Order: sequence, then C-alpha cells, then structure tokens
Amino acid sequence: MTTVDDETARPGRRDPAPALEVSRRPNPLERLRHVWRYRELLGNLVRKELKVKYKNSVLGFVWTLLNPALYLVVFSLVFQEVLRVQIPYYAIFFLSGLLVWNFFSTALTAGTMSITSNAQLVQKVWFPREILPLAAIGAAMVHFLLQAIVLVGALALFRRAPSFEYLPAVPVAFLVLLVLAAALAIGLSAINVYLRDTEHLLELTLLAWFWLSAIVYPYSLVADRLGPAREWIASLNPIIPIVITFQKALYNPDPARFAWYTNSPTFDPNNVLADQAAPAIPDHPIGWYLTHLAAVGVFAVVLLLGALWLFGRLEDDLAEEI
Amino acid sequence: MADAITIDSVTKVFKLAKDKPRSAKERIIRAGRISWERFLALDDVSFSVRDGETLAILGHNGSGKSTLLKCVAGTLRPTSGTITTRGRLAALLELGAGFHPDLTGRENVYLNGSILGFSKADVDAIFDDIVGFAELEEFIDQQVKHFSSGMYARLGFAVAINVDPDILLVDEVLSVGDEAFQRKCIDRIRRMQREGRTIVVVSHSTDLVRQLCDRAVVLHHGKLISEGVPGEAIRAFHDALATRGTDVPLVVEEGDHTPPVTVDPVTGELPVVVADEAEPDAGATVTIRHLEIEYPGSVQHLTPGQPLRIRVGYSASGLITDVAFGLEIFDEAGTRLMGTTTDVLEQYIHAVNGDGEVIFAFDHVPLLDGRFPIRVTIHSHDGGTIYAEREYEDAVAVMNPTRTRGTVHFPVKVEHLFNF
Repeated sequence: MTTVDDETARPGRRDPAPALEVSRRPNPLERLRHVWRYRELLGNLVRKELKVKYKNSVLGFVWTLLNPALYLVVFSLVFQEVLRVQIPYYAIFFLSGLLVWNFFSTALTAGTMSITSNAQLVQKVWFPREILPLAAIGAAMVHFLLQAIVLVGALALFRRAPSFEYLPAVPVAFLVLLVLAAALAIGLSAINVYLRDTEHLLELTLLAWFWLSAIVYPYSLVADRLGPAREWIASLNPIIPIVITFQKALYNPDPARFAWYTNSPTFDPNNVLADQAAPAIPDHPIGWYLTHLAAVGVFAVVLLLGALWLFGRLEDDLAEEI
Repeated sequence: MADAITIDSVTKVFKLAKDKPRSAKERIIRAGRISWERFLALDDVSFSVRDGETLAILGHNGSGKSTLLKCVAGTLRPTSGTITTRGRLAALLELGAGFHPDLTGRENVYLNGSILGFSKADVDAIFDDIVGFAELEEFIDQQVKHFSSGMYARLGFAVAINVDPDILLVDEVLSVGDEAFQRKCIDRIRRMQREGRTIVVVSHSTDLVRQLCDRAVVLHHGKLISEGVPGEAIRAFHDALATRGTDVPLVVEEGDHTPPVTVDPVTGELPVVVADEAEPDAGATVTIRHLEIEYPGSVQHLTPGQPLRIRVGYSASGLITDVAFGLEIFDEAGTRLMGTTTDVLEQYIHAVNGDGEVIFAFDHVPLLDGRFPIRVTIHSHDGGTIYAEREYEDAVAVMNPTRTRGTVHFPVKVEHLFNF
C-alpha cells in the first residue's frame, strides 16, 4: 500500500496541477476558449471525419466533385434547354451559388448528426463537445475547396475571369457563412440528441431553403418583384446576401471588363458569346454587399453565442441520453 | 497534502419517463401528460480523494457509482454541487475508451491522444509502449470494429495508462481480458501507485478492493453510506447488500462464474444429466432444506486434519438449470477462511428439481480449534440471481487436542541437525 502522507514517495512528479472545476457550466466565451485550446483535436477530428466518410470507397474524393458536376448538368438541362431561362454562362452562375449552398447544407446535415454519430467518444471521454459539430464544418470546408475546383474549371472552360472589384467581398461572405453554419450546427447537434427527428426535419427545411435562396434562378427576379424599397426583405434569408456576393464576384458575364483578354493574340472575336443586357445580379456597389454581409454577420454571431449557451445546458445529460 | 479530486455535495437527478417521447410530434401531442419521474442517482455526495491515493467506490448495481465516475470524468454534469480535479485525467468508463469503430487501432490511439491533449509527437513517443502493452502488434492497423471485446478493452487500458495521467478512473474494466492480462493490469496499477498517481476504481470485487486500495467509499441508492479503510467499507457494503435481497451480484468469488461446458473438456463426453427437451421452469426457485455436518467419528466435532462432509439439502419448486452452490467458511472474527462454488470447483450442478442434496466432501480440514460459521448460497451461474442464502453460526466444531495455537493446522515435523 502506498502511504499517502509521504511527499517523497512521488519522485520526479510535476508540481500540483491547477484545479479544474469539471462540474461548472462554462459560459459561451469560455466554451470558445476551450475549443481554441483543443484546436489540434479539431484538426484530427476533421481528418477522421474525411477518412471515415471515404473509407471503403473506391472513388473517394471524386464523389465530392461529382456532386456539383451532376447538379450542373441536370439544372443546365432543365433551365437552359427545357425552361429556356436566358442566363448567359448559366454554369458559372449556378456553380457560384451552389458552392455556397453545398457547404451550408453539408455542414448542417453532418453537424446535426455529429454528436449522435460519435456516441462512442461522447460517452467515454471529456473534450469540448462543440468540437464535433465544428469538425463536421471543417470537413465541409474541405469539400468546399474541392468543389471550388469545379467552378475554377468552369471559369477556365468558358474563358471568364471573376470580377476583381467584388472579389474582396468573397472572404467576408465565407466568414459570415462559416459563423452562421457553426451556430446552427452546434445548436442542432445538441437538440438532435434529445429529439432525433431534428435531422429529418432539417432535410425538408434545407430542401425548401435551397429553392428560396436564389441559387438556381437569378436574384434580380426577386429584387424586381420586391422593388428597391423593399429589397431588404430578401436579406431576411441570411443565405441570400452570401449567395449573391459569391455570384456577383464569380459570375461576371460582361466582356468589356476583359480588355486584357480580348486584346490577347489568341482571341477570336467570332467566338464571343452574346451577353444578355439585363444583369442577373443587381448592380449594387460593393459597399451594399458588405453592409448586408455585416448585418448577417452580426445576426450569426448572436446566434452562435445563443447556440453555445443552449449547448451548455443540453450538454449536462448528453452522455446519458445519446 | 492536496486533494486530487474534491466532490462537494454532488447531486444528480435524472428525469425518467416510462415511455419517453423521442420525437417532436410525440412531445407536442403528449405534452403535460408525460409523467416525469425524478430519479435521484446521486444524493448530496461529498468526499475527496487525496493526491496519490487509491480509492475504491463500492456499491451495488444502480447505486450511482458509475454516474459519479462519469461526473468526475466530465461526461455528465451534476445537477448541483461541485467537482474539482487536479491534473491530467484519464478515464476508462464502462469497458474501454472511446474508439471510433471505423478507424484503425492506430488512428484511434492518435485520436484518443489528442483528446487527452497530446500532440502527434507526444503520441509517437508512447505509441510502441501502448501497442506492446495491449499485445496488438499484428492488429493495430485494422479497424477496431473487427476487434474482439478483449482486444478493445486491452487497447483502451493501454492508452489510459500510457498517457501519463495524474488521475486514473477505472470502472469495472479490470474484469475483462484474460487472466494474464488482468494480472498485468494490476501490476501496472501497482506501479502507478508507487509513482504517486491518484487512482479511483469502481468495482464489485471486494477482494480486489482489499488488495489494491488505500480507502473505499460505499454508495447505496445514491447516498454515501460509508467511507474508510477497505475492510470497514466492505463490511458496510455487505450490510447494504443484505438489506437488498435477491437480484444481487454475488460477491463470493469475483469474476469466475464460468458457466458449465456442455462437453467435458477432458473426456469429450456430454456430462449433461437433463434431457434436452426439458424446459427450465421460469420463476422456479430453490430453498435450503437443511445443512448437515457429518463428522468422521461418533462425536460432534472433528480434530485437526480429519475429513468432513457438509451436506446441503435443497428443495426446488421446479426445474432450474442455471444453478450453482456456494460454500463459505468463516472464523469466529468473521474473516472468510474459504469461499468456493460448484462452478469454481468445476463440479457443475447441471440442474435441480424437487428435493436433493449437494455434498461438499473435504479430505481433511486443516483447522485448529474453534467453532466456525458457514454460509451456503444457491445462485445462478453469473451470480445475478440468488435463490437462497443462509448462514449457520458455529456450524463446524473443531477440537484441538494439541497445544499448537492459531486457526490453521499446518502439518509439521521437526528435524534437528546437530554437531556437538
């Protein structure tokens, strides 16, 4: 038996570690600090997430690229050929919005199920649990980057360059998208433990949300219908400002801005496609986009803090309810 | 000396509903009609674990000991009260660590390492020790879903002890794996004790607790009923068990409730005495009719080293196949001198029905004088059901004609070599 009173019985041991009150419920900001401290785990979980997803699959990451490619073919066929919607370079237009949407919907779907599908870990060890939905978002980010390749491919194919004027708004839009997805995924992941139909409900909600987010049809149709005074109503759907920022920056059908390209010796004027006069995206200045993104950003941050607070309350019995 | 773990008036309430609504629809339709039952899993529990101490938490199933351990590990949060821990904590809750079934053993080791705050380089340094300890060199690159439960538990234990924890929480995991691995685990725990680490063990096995722990606490229906040296706590644990009646895991001999084999491993014969078509009667029970002590001579006692037969008469209300008989002999102070069961002896009782007798025959009883109490238990193979249990005071009387003192008779001869 070891004698507990003998200090010398612990040679080479560290000084007593600081006391940690495991039973306290951390506030949202402390939760974020915990997540930051566990960032290496977050990285490993993202890697795990990707590894598990494509384990035992032959094509692996190619599947990620096939998804937008298939969407593109189907929607181009339906809108360009069947419904005869007149949008030049529809592929680029559609892909810039789809990129945003695919990230958002994969992040939310995987994030919502992240706690229940990692029951093994949640029941056995402590770590900041919001790492799990965040890891799902991290994995979705990797898919986002891969799918961006398809978009770059489309830009190269149609010989279109992005609008450099609006390009700086894209990282801002993505950051806002990230916070929004994190907030929703964290909140839904905890709720899903207690109410398993959250994931099914989410599936339906995302379907409706997709069609309401001006991805397949031009935003200008919505803006025209609402009129300039009421255009803000469209931004009540927080995805819309993000989607149209991406579209504005990446979908740039106006060839006048590409003197560097049209002046090049390989340019063949007979090969230029006719552009439509009416822009698919209203011609707002970049400031307009940034203001709208800021509004969504503030909303997303508040939502995130609320989600972390809710997560903290639901976390108490997580391991037991799972 | 600092406390490694402080548990201060911790209460955990679970809300239980008989028919839990799992969906939003159900929850809305039946709102207000769900009768929530508050279940007090932990009721105002306070104690602390000193730095470098090995503490056992004893308690029957449902006493709240696992819940308490989960609260300390941080996977559950108490309803009220505070728990403070000091240092790196590794926990083995309910058979093993948190592994992801689709990842390989190697990937899981790294993942678990990073959960415990280890960098990749840190895990690299201990990886070989982990795999070596778990004896899984050949299987480490397979997905853990293909692991056997023993392999799974071994890897979990190997990770937990190699991450240099200041505090190790172990919940019943020492009963998995084969005997050699269990011994290895216990050796390793002893080494960790010498290194001054704090260990908290949850166990049913009172012998293990006596063997390993400095101190023990006993939980009974969520309340702390005893805290002290293992011997004291174990007595309180037994008392608590006694008030609970049947449906108690038997604490006579830990672990080894091997069910009878259908084929004799030596002769290959079927020792089955019950016809195949005979169905065991559910709800049937056995009672102890009598206990007869057959002394070798005509007198009502034996002398040291003499043979003895203990005849246990039983009466079964129906056919029971899941049955074993346990016999324990105590000294006058209540220390168990011997405890065994028919399963442990591999002398299986295959079935009981109606009246019968089970005879424990001793070739020689190495006791010196005294009157020795006996406890007889009839229980299922896993000890989960106790059909009957009875203690007989002063059951065996031994008369010692010699002047040797003590309890145990060691046959001894004296030699004297001399060279005057």
